[in-house]
Amino acid sequence: MNPSSSFVQATRRVLAHPSIVIGGGLVLAVVAMALLAGVVSPHDPLLSNFRLKLQPPSAEHWFGTDHFGRDVLSRVIYGARLSLQIGLMVVVMTGVFGTLIGGVAGYFRQLDDPIMRLMDAMMAFPAILLALTVSATLGASVMNVVIALSVATTPHTARIVRSSVLVVREMQYVEAARALGASDLRILWFHVLANSLAPLIVRLTFVFASAILAEAVLSYIGVGPPPPAPSFGNIISNGRDFMVEAPWVTIFPGLAIVICVLGLNLLGDGLRDLLDPRIKVGL
Amino acid sequence: MLQYLLRRFITAIPVMFLVSLMSFAVIWLVPGDPAAAFLDASATQEQMARVREELGLNQPMWQQMAQWYGRVLTGDLGQSILLHRSVAAALMERLPVTLSLAALALALASVMGISAGIFAAMHRGQAADRTVMTVSLLGLSMPDFWLGLVMIVVFAVGLGWFPSGGFVPLSESVFGWLRTMTLPALTLALVQTGFIARMTRSAMLDVLHQDYIRTADAKGLKHSFVVLRHGLPNALLPILTVLGIIAGSLLGGAVVVEQVFSLPGVGRLIIGAIMSRDFPVIQGGLLFLAAIYVLINLMVDLLYAAVDPRVRL
Repeated sequence: MNPSSSFVQATRRVLAHPSIVIGGGLVLAVVAMALLAGVVSPHDPLLSNFRLKLQPPSAEHWFGTDHFGRDVLSRVIYGARLSLQIGLMVVVMTGVFGTLIGGVAGYFRQLDDPIMRLMDAMMAFPAILLALTVSATLGASVMNVVIALSVATTPHTARIVRSSVLVVREMQYVEAARALGASDLRILWFHVLANSLAPLIVRLTFVFASAILAEAVLSYIGVGPPPPAPSFGNIISNGRDFMVEAPWVTIFPGLAIVICVLGLNLLGDGLRDLLDPRIKVGL
Repeated sequence: MLQYLLRRFITAIPVMFLVSLMSFAVIWLVPGDPAAAFLDASATQEQMARVREELGLNQPMWQQMAQWYGRVLTGDLGQSILLHRSVAAALMERLPVTLSLAALALALASVMGISAGIFAAMHRGQAADRTVMTVSLLGLSMPDFWLGLVMIVVFAVGLGWFPSGGFVPLSESVFGWLRTMTLPALTLALVQTGFIARMTRSAMLDVLHQDYIRTADAKGLKHSFVVLRHGLPNALLPILTVLGIIAGSLLGGAVVVEQVFSLPGVGRLIIGAIMSRDFPVIQGGLLFLAAIYVLINLMVDLLYAAVDPRVRL
C-alpha cells in the first residue's frame, strides 16, 4: 500500500466522524482568531476612551464597548489568545504529570496504592474550589492560574493513564520486551505509555475545555489572570457590574467560551469514538 | 451487606486522613508569612504576633499538624481569625443553604436528564436524538456563573419573575424559598442535565438491544412500557455512577453559583475566607466539603449494592 492511499484512508476515517469535523472546525476558527488577533481585531483591545464607555453594539463596535470605552470585540479576540494559552499550558502540565504519576502507579505495583489514595484524596475536593484556593494562595498571575488548574485536573488524568497502563502491562508484547532484557523505564516509555495514548489524548481534550471554563470562574471570583491583558474570563468579570445597563460586555465573551468549549467537547467526543470505540464515558 | 459496608468504610479512612492533611497544608502554600498575608502592610508587630499565635504558627510544624488532627477528630475545626467564632459552627449554620441548593439542582437535573436521555435513546439517530444531544453538549460547554448572570438579566431584571439574589429560609416561607432558589438551582442543574442525559442515553442504548427487551416487545407489550419497566431499571447502575461523580461538581458548582446569586451558603463563606486569607475557615471549609463528597460517594456505593446484589460479592 503506498503512503498516499493510507493517508487518504486515515482522512476518510476521521471525516466519518462529524463531531471531529465540526468540533475541530470550531476550535481551529478560535485558534486562527487568536493567532491573527493583530490582523482581525478592529481596535486596540487596551485603548480606553471614556467618551465611548458602555456603548451598545454598533457598526463601529460590533460587540459594543466596556466601562473604559474599550472595544469588546477586540478584547474577545485578544482574550482568546490568553485563554487558549492558559488552556494549552494546563494541557501540557496535566499531560506530563498525569502520565508520570499514572504511569508509575500503574506499572510499579508497590507504589500503586499510596499514589492512588493520594489522587483519591485530591479528587475529594471540588475541583474548582481546589483551583480557587491554590490560585488565591499563590497570588494572581498567569503561571499560578495554570498551576492551580493543573493541580485540579491532574488526579483524574493520572487515574485514566493508570487504568490503561494496568491493561497494557499484561500484554504479550510487554512480556516479550522484558524477555529481551529491556529495562523497566524502556518498557514503560516505549511499550506501555505509547500504547496507552488514546485515552490520554481524549482526556486532554476535555482538560483543555474545562481549563477554559475554569479560567473564567477564577477570573469571576477575582483570582484569575491579572488585568489589563484580556482573557475570556476577565472580560466577563469586568462586565458583571454593568450587567443590567450593558449586558453585551458579559454576554459576548461568554458566547466565545461556549463556542470554544463546545468545539473542544465535540472534538473530544469524536476522538473518543475514533480512537477507542469501546469507551463510552468521558469527562 | 454489613461486611461490604464495613470494607467500604475502612477504605475511606486513609483517604480522609490525606484529605485532612491537604486541607491543612494550604497554609504552607502561602509565599512568605501567612500572618502577613492576612493583615495588610500597616499592621503592627503586636498584631502580627497575635495572628501568628492564633494560627499556631509559633509552634514547630509537626506540633501544628498534631494539634490539627487532634482537633479535627473531635469535630473542632478551629477559630476564624476574621469572624472570631468557631469555624465548625459557621459552616454548619450555612450548610442547609448549600445542601438544599445542591439537592434541588440534583432533583431538577435528574428528572430532566434522565427523561431527555431515555427520549434520545428511543429515537436513536433521528432528529430528536440529535437535538437532545446537541442541547446537552451546549449545557456542558457553558460556564455556570455566566449562565447564572444571563438568567439574572433575563428572568430577574428583564421579566421580573424572580429576585436577582438573596435568600429566604425554607422554615420561614416555602414560597419565598422557592422564589430565591429557583434560578440558582436551575443554573446549577442545566449544566449537569447534559451530563446525566448523555449517560442515560448511552446506558439505555446498551440495554435496549438486549434479548429480554426483544422478548418483551415480542410479547406485544407497549414499547414505552418495555422501556420504562424492563429497560430503565437495568440502566440504573451507570446512571447512579454519574450521580456520584456529579455530586462533586454540584458542590463545586454550588460554591460558584452561591456567589452569583448572593446566597449565604458554605461556598460564599469559603470564598470570602479565600479572599481575606482567613486560613482556619479555608482549611476547615475544604475539609468539610471533601468529607461531604466522600460521604456521598460512600452512599452511592451502598445504593449500588442495594440496586445490584452482584456488587456485594
